[in-house]
Amino acid sequence: MDILLQQIINGLTTGSVYAVVALGYTMVYGVIQLINFAHGEVVMIGAMVAFAVITSLAGSALPPLAIVLAGVLAAIPACMAIGYSLERVAYRPLRHAPRLAPLITAIGMSIILQHLALLIWGRNPLAFPQIIDNPSFTIGGAAISGVQISIILLSMVMMGGLSWFVYRTRFGIAIRATAENVHVAALMGINANRVIAATFVIGAGLGAVAGVMFGTYYGIAHYTMGFTLGLKAFSAAVLGGIGNLPGAMVGGLLLGLVEALGTGYIGEFTDLCRWPGAGSGAGWMGERCADGGHFVLFGSNYQDVFAFLMLILVLVFRPSGLLGERVSERA
Amino acid sequence: MVAGMSAREKLGLAAIAVSLIALPFVLAMAGTAWVRITNFAVLFVLLSLGLNIVVGFAGLLDLGYVAFFAVGAYVYALLASPHFGLHLPFWVILPIGAAVAGIAGAVLGAPTLRLRGDYLAIVTLGFGEIVRIFMNNLSNPINVTNGPKGINLIDPFRLGDFSFSANSGALSGPIKYYYFLLIVLLAVIVINRRLQDSRIGRAWVAIREDEIAAKAAGINTRNIKLLAFAMGASFGGIAGGMFAAIQGFVSPESFILNESIMILAMVVLGGMGNIWGVIAGAVLLSFMPELLRYTVEPAQKALFGKMLVDPEVLRMLIFGLALVLTMRFRPAGLWPETRHKRELDADRK
Repeated sequence: MDILLQQIINGLTTGSVYAVVALGYTMVYGVIQLINFAHGEVVMIGAMVAFAVITSLAGSALPPLAIVLAGVLAAIPACMAIGYSLERVAYRPLRHAPRLAPLITAIGMSIILQHLALLIWGRNPLAFPQIIDNPSFTIGGAAISGVQISIILLSMVMMGGLSWFVYRTRFGIAIRATAENVHVAALMGINANRVIAATFVIGAGLGAVAGVMFGTYYGIAHYTMGFTLGLKAFSAAVLGGIGNLPGAMVGGLLLGLVEALGTGYIGEFTDLCRWPGAGSGAGWMGERCADGGHFVLFGSNYQDVFAFLMLILVLVFRPSGLLGERVSERA
Repeated sequence: MVAGMSAREKLGLAAIAVSLIALPFVLAMAGTAWVRITNFAVLFVLLSLGLNIVVGFAGLLDLGYVAFFAVGAYVYALLASPHFGLHLPFWVILPIGAAVAGIAGAVLGAPTLRLRGDYLAIVTLGFGEIVRIFMNNLSNPINVTNGPKGINLIDPFRLGDFSFSANSGALSGPIKYYYFLLIVLLAVIVINRRLQDSRIGRAWVAIREDEIAAKAAGINTRNIKLLAFAMGASFGGIAGGMFAAIQGFVSPESFILNESIMILAMVVLGGMGNIWGVIAGAVLLSFMPELLRYTVEPAQKALFGKMLVDPEVLRMLIFGLALVLTMRFRPAGLWPETRHKRELDADRK
């Protein structure tokens, strides 16, 4: 089996999910320069709602694909409603408040959403019922599953659809105009409040689908899954240049790839026995490395470190991201 | 401090001092558990005062503050437990812990100096997670932190033959720690007050209000910001060392993101920048779960005959709600700093 190709496939799969979630962050940020900290929790709720619906329908006579579709179709409006209320309750009243204020309400909202999910669905992870069989195909020595193919294709469709919407429709022009300058856009007759609410709702809808994809890929949904996923997706958005749609897509895929390749190879690279000269010497190192032994400094359990390290490195060396334009300081 | 006070203020101060000294004995009547809870509340007051330097004074939003608490706790645990067979006295370790945490604070601060508020928040959050992941995994190939199992049998504070954990007459272990914490708290409050009115403190406020203007006024913003990170972190490190000794056990589970958010909630709820507000916020939020435990459980049992909502979940829901409502209706906290309040009001349109 080809490990490199396999890690690339796995990275593209998680990367597509990161990219779709990152779009939610980047759209909101582009329009009102606010990190919607609770977006990860919206994604989590999407996965939980879909799983609850799928589990309750699993025994029925409906065809498996229809059941999954029903789950997704239930999750999307639920998340859109949450996204809309988030904007109305937590962000709109604070639009002219100092920058720290909306960030703190966002943290508050994400605590509330997380613990509401805990109340409704409990502490134990929900498992994805085995209703569809997941065929596996072999390409060039690596395996790719049906779920992986669907995730990658579906993400591409969603990213394409969003790009068409933002760059080719009238409402898309309104969104871009508001992102450019809220006040001038309002003078041109654009209802800025509607545009801002729409970015939250669209982002939440995309997030719902992303949540279902992520949950299906790993087979479980849990009330804490939104935190890490949201943080990684945010890193992806920053990586590509926050506020920039193609940037979020590129950033998501890149982050997924780096994470998969990093996790796959870090053990090998930090195995001191493979370093020239280290393993052959005498002493305890030599003993440990004898007969093909290993001395791995960092193993694959450091997976989550990559996203954060990359985020920090990008912000330090290129604060505006890979595709972002340099913005002036807005303190 | 005392010299310029009126007789009435002196009397009030004396009354507070007497009640703080008598407090553990009163609490001990209700059960030693309450003394322990009070000790942890004082620890959280210390942590909030440390975070207040970074968030309240200098206006840098730090969402990974618990990492410094963790660094202090682990330094103490490694240097005073059977894990490495080291048993240094606490008065050697606490300064080491403070220094290591302070250096960690500067290391985090250095690359993030140029970042704006919300970016800084996310990077510090990521830093906190990285520290926790390392503590969870640094048990292989060389066992440094003992991984998720944590470090056990940590030495209590000892001065010669006087051990803080053993009972000696009417003074139980927790009561001794209480007095020790009270002395540290007093020192930290004095340091904070002096800092606030000093050149450095005024420079922090200047950076918080307008960084470019502060720079133009001749403030070395880079060094002053680094100093805020390092000082805030070293307070966290001292609190961490005391936490390890009082608890006798540390594990990565004690240093999750929720703890950082909790400490931030204490600072924000009380009133960023105002020392007394921060103390009040920390005391309020530390005792809230205990009060909820004693009221919510019986209330639910009486009303519904069983537990519907876990008090821990309810506590978190109330926290979240408190954060949202405070920001909406009192964006400067319950007891805001006078200057800060004016600035926030002026900012509103």
